[in-house]
Amino acid sequence: MANYSTNEFKNGLKILVDGDPFSIVENEVVKPGKGQAFNRIKVKNLKTGKVIERTYKSGESVEAADVMELELQYLYNDGEFWHFMDQDSFEQVGAPQSAVADVENLLKEQEMCTVTLFNGVPLTVELPNFVNLEVTDTDPGLKGDTAQGGLKPATLETGAVVRVPLFIEIGELLKIDTRTKEYVSRVKD
Amino acid sequence: MEKGLPSASIETLQKRALILAAIRSFFWERKVLEVETPVLSQYGTVDQHINSFSVDSGFDQTKRYLHTSPEFAMKRLLAAGSGSIYQICHCFRDGEKSRQHNHEFTMLEWYRTDFSYIELIREVDDLVRMVLGSLTENYIVEKMETECITYQMMFNTYLGINPFSATIEQLQNCASTNNINISHESMGENRDDWLNLLLSHLIEPQLGKGKLTFVMDYPASQAALARISPYDVNVAERFELYIDGVEIANGFQELCDSQEQEQRFIADQEKRTQTGKMQIPYDKNFIKAMSQGLPECSGVALGVDRLVMFALGLENIEEVIPFSSEIA
Repeated sequence: MANYSTNEFKNGLKILVDGDPFSIVENEVVKPGKGQAFNRIKVKNLKTGKVIERTYKSGESVEAADVMELELQYLYNDGEFWHFMDQDSFEQVGAPQSAVADVENLLKEQEMCTVTLFNGVPLTVELPNFVNLEVTDTDPGLKGDTAQGGLKPATLETGAVVRVPLFIEIGELLKIDTRTKEYVSRVKD
Repeated sequence: MEKGLPSASIETLQKRALILAAIRSFFWERKVLEVETPVLSQYGTVDQHINSFSVDSGFDQTKRYLHTSPEFAMKRLLAAGSGSIYQICHCFRDGEKSRQHNHEFTMLEWYRTDFSYIELIREVDDLVRMVLGSLTENYIVEKMETECITYQMMFNTYLGINPFSATIEQLQNCASTNNINISHESMGENRDDWLNLLLSHLIEPQLGKGKLTFVMDYPASQAALARISPYDVNVAERFELYIDGVEIANGFQELCDSQEQEQRFIADQEKRTQTGKMQIPYDKNFIKAMSQGLPECSGVALGVDRLVMFALGLENIEEVIPFSSEIA
């Protein structure tokens, strides 16, 4: 297993803390003129997103986390795993529900996703910031009501329910912000 | 940053020059002699926490070291009868890079013969006030008090523990209850490492807030080149100055006993061997000069870059030196 010395610490470096993969978000060296120096770091848990603080004696080595970020295409869900494919090598990986929990109901077949692998297993799946999805169910649209006004729920083809303006109809293609899970606009054609 | 441009602004460098001139006039008025000693030496520091840069000669296959402080050479001058001396020079420390560290930095170091370290604390206070006051736009210093506390008082005030008698377990508990997350295994049973951990994480950020805080009388195990107190064998006659949470200066009642000095060097070298650090020959010429008789003196090293940072209200050392390590 690869190791990093504290001298190599920098933002974005992936290390193992108590067996979990973390990414360094802040590294501060505390070095007195005399005596032992320390690296105080803030690290983000790549599974949960939670940020914690850790201190290491400067010069110590820390285990590297085997973490890779890949651009993979989403294929299908077999009920247990969500399958993704590398478009160059055609290799496939299956992501457990925990990895897709955040994006599950916005995940459309053939969408390109950023998949973070930890020890070869998908840890998180991120969608592009915006995706286009079709409305499969919503109350009838109100013609003419294109000004600001009320919102209504609409169900998208992937299962997500978002708040949309009253004029949106079934079959329309919508641009959705995947970070806020909110409607942005209609997509022409 | 655009390639080729300095990391400090020209305006900052002009103010820095004023500060350097003020320091020189301070010592001129007090009749302290300015000296220059070698930056490159066949010997280096054996302090286990300080890393020297080594330089290989392409001509005679010898190895030399860039000094990490001018201390040894300046003490050789003191032993030769120079009287009180000061030096402003660049020092080099491998691996030290942070907002407050640059591999190459500017040190002001001075020695006062017949000064006790308490008298030297007063002079450091005078110098810092004079320097900060020399910048016309800086009135802060007039409102800043000077505070003098012992290492023991400091730990008692901020953490409620006695650094001289607390057990390792008590130091560990203090770290845990204050949310310091560190592997106990890697720290081991080294008291000084635990004390340094608590000091750097919990106390230092609070020191010298709106005042000049001098901390004095360190544990004997952290003496470095300071004399052990004739009144208490557990205490080293060493002090540090903190301003705004940053260590600015470190001073000693200098150890004058060459045999004790050599023993400390040998012990330090052993620690370096145990921790797998680069082996460096300790300064034999310094020991020889010291055995001729180093006069009673006290000395202090002050980080000029950090003083300039505080004077100008800047947070990063790169902003006060023309070219930081990355672009040097």
